[in-house]
Amino acid sequence: MTDLLQVEDLEVALAGGGGEGTVIDSVSFSVAAARTTGLIGESGSGKTMSSMSIVGLLPAGAKTSGRIAWKSENLLDAPARRLRQVRGHEIGVIFQDPLAALNPIQTIGRQVGEILRRGGMRRQEVRTKVLQLLDRVGIPDPEQRIDVYPHEMSGGMRQRVMIAMALAGGPQLIIADEPTTALDVTTQARILKLLADLREQEGVAMLLVSHDLRVMAHVADDVVVMYAGRVAERGPAREVLDKPRHPYTRALANNVPAVSTKTAIAEPLQGAPANPFDRPAGCAFHPRCPIARERCRTEVPQLREAEPGRFSACHYASEVSS
Amino acid sequence: MIHYLAKRLAIGLLTIWGVVSAVFVVIRLAPGDQATVALGPGAKAEEIAALRHSLGLDESLVVQYFSYLGDVATLDFGQSYRYGRPAMQAVLERFPATIELTIAATVIAILVGLVLGVVAGHRPGSLVDQAVSTFTLGLQAVPPFWIGIMLILLFALQAKMLPSAGGGSFPHLVLPAITLSIPFTALVARMTRSGVAETMTEAFVQTARSKGLTETQVLGGHVLKNSLIPVVTVVGLQIGTLLGGAVVIETVFAWPGLGQLLVSAVGNRDYAVVQGATFLIAICVIVLNLAADLVNAKLDPRIRVEARR
Repeated sequence: MTDLLQVEDLEVALAGGGGEGTVIDSVSFSVAAARTTGLIGESGSGKTMSSMSIVGLLPAGAKTSGRIAWKSENLLDAPARRLRQVRGHEIGVIFQDPLAALNPIQTIGRQVGEILRRGGMRRQEVRTKVLQLLDRVGIPDPEQRIDVYPHEMSGGMRQRVMIAMALAGGPQLIIADEPTTALDVTTQARILKLLADLREQEGVAMLLVSHDLRVMAHVADDVVVMYAGRVAERGPAREVLDKPRHPYTRALANNVPAVSTKTAIAEPLQGAPANPFDRPAGCAFHPRCPIARERCRTEVPQLREAEPGRFSACHYASEVSS
Repeated sequence: MIHYLAKRLAIGLLTIWGVVSAVFVVIRLAPGDQATVALGPGAKAEEIAALRHSLGLDESLVVQYFSYLGDVATLDFGQSYRYGRPAMQAVLERFPATIELTIAATVIAILVGLVLGVVAGHRPGSLVDQAVSTFTLGLQAVPPFWIGIMLILLFALQAKMLPSAGGGSFPHLVLPAITLSIPFTALVARMTRSGVAETMTEAFVQTARSKGLTETQVLGGHVLKNSLIPVVTVVGLQIGTLLGGAVVIETVFAWPGLGQLLVSAVGNRDYAVVQGATFLIAICVIVLNLAADLVNAKLDPRIRVEARR
């Protein structure tokens, strides 16, 4: 298992506008080739910010440090020209709300084919390739659909267009930021199936950003749980979700009601998520943590291997059980 | 589409009727009429009455109005008593000069306004944005005729680079076109700036960047066209206003256009010319608005759907 992408000690500091502070604090994780890594967390946990730093699409004025290793180079130091080459061609991005993320006044064919056209491909070839891509992502009648506008399609079809667009440049990694959040449940399942198929058949690695544990359980091989701009826990998806090694992961897992039973949510998560601009001292989760002790209020827990392949940033990882 | 055009045509005709009627009333509210102005202050009452009778001005206003409406409907604007020939002929003779001036001013306004607007709107709040906003606000605040006079002082009288008045050649066109374009340029720049600034916050701009486009490609390919709809609407309306604004600027620069003709016709109470000229300007404004809406429908596919209903 080789790591395609390694994020090491990533820090992102924002200034002005929405506040000031280190919103991403020494985050490390990796994405293995042809595997799906999930980034989980509540809103404000820094999962989108972490994933967007990879392709350098951060708000103006953001300062980064650390290392984002991609093909033996550090993308954080890469010149703008090299970053543009990475975007789309090596790393594709799928955004949350496909209606907003597609240009309303261009046909979907034009938008999917843009990266090819700008790469100098001939018009006819671009069209053929776009038709293939639309077919690949399961859009029926690509010939009919290639010239329609985003508002003329359903939400699920629009997200398929986004996926086709992300695939167009032939990337080895796709960052999918909440790809199913804006969709209804049955459409969600189909899109997740498509993403899983793409990973298996095309060998595209995926960094899947979501707050939805059920989505993660379906598609992720590895997960990274984030809280207040830090990694709380990471490891193989099944193990992390079944046997959390961090009280926050456990609380998240317990928050998901089982569909088949009528049992109430076992342990609802108390309190509001920590504000990454104003993180509590010590472990950022301690005000909401059922097993917090004095040490948690003062000492920031480091991410440590709790058992082989499992990392947890909890002082008392060994005491956590579900 | 045909349904839509028919509706617009009906609204257009109604607008023309409104303009024609308003001009008819307003011009008759002014003291004096053709007969008194033509014959001068020394004229005898009988002479005035005789001329009034021959011009039909002694009829009641209602009768005059309906006979006038009938004439307009057949595109007969009557004789200009001043020029002794059909009023529309005199108007059309001056029209090309005004069109020339208006087009020149519009081209300047669109080119300069778009560039300023895009540069400012790309980074809202930046120094460039503040400079452009201050500059354009200043341009809008200063009366154009004053700018015209200053330009004449500078470039015609001091530097002797350009002629100060008259028409007929390209150098003659430069100063009046710039003067006429100034408030329009400022308006286009401000509209473009706010449109671009708003579009920059849209999610699809980030999508465009995620495809590896340069910032220039993002602006040209995904931002500019999406920001243009309010600009096109304003340009359509504003070209019409330019035809009217040209009245003042043409006077400042002695530009032989419709504006000058109109001003002197009002002074002379040359009803036929006033009515003919305003009719022509009204037609232009209506056509330009329709053109702007059609361009917008072309720009944004979502508008097309609404127009079909």
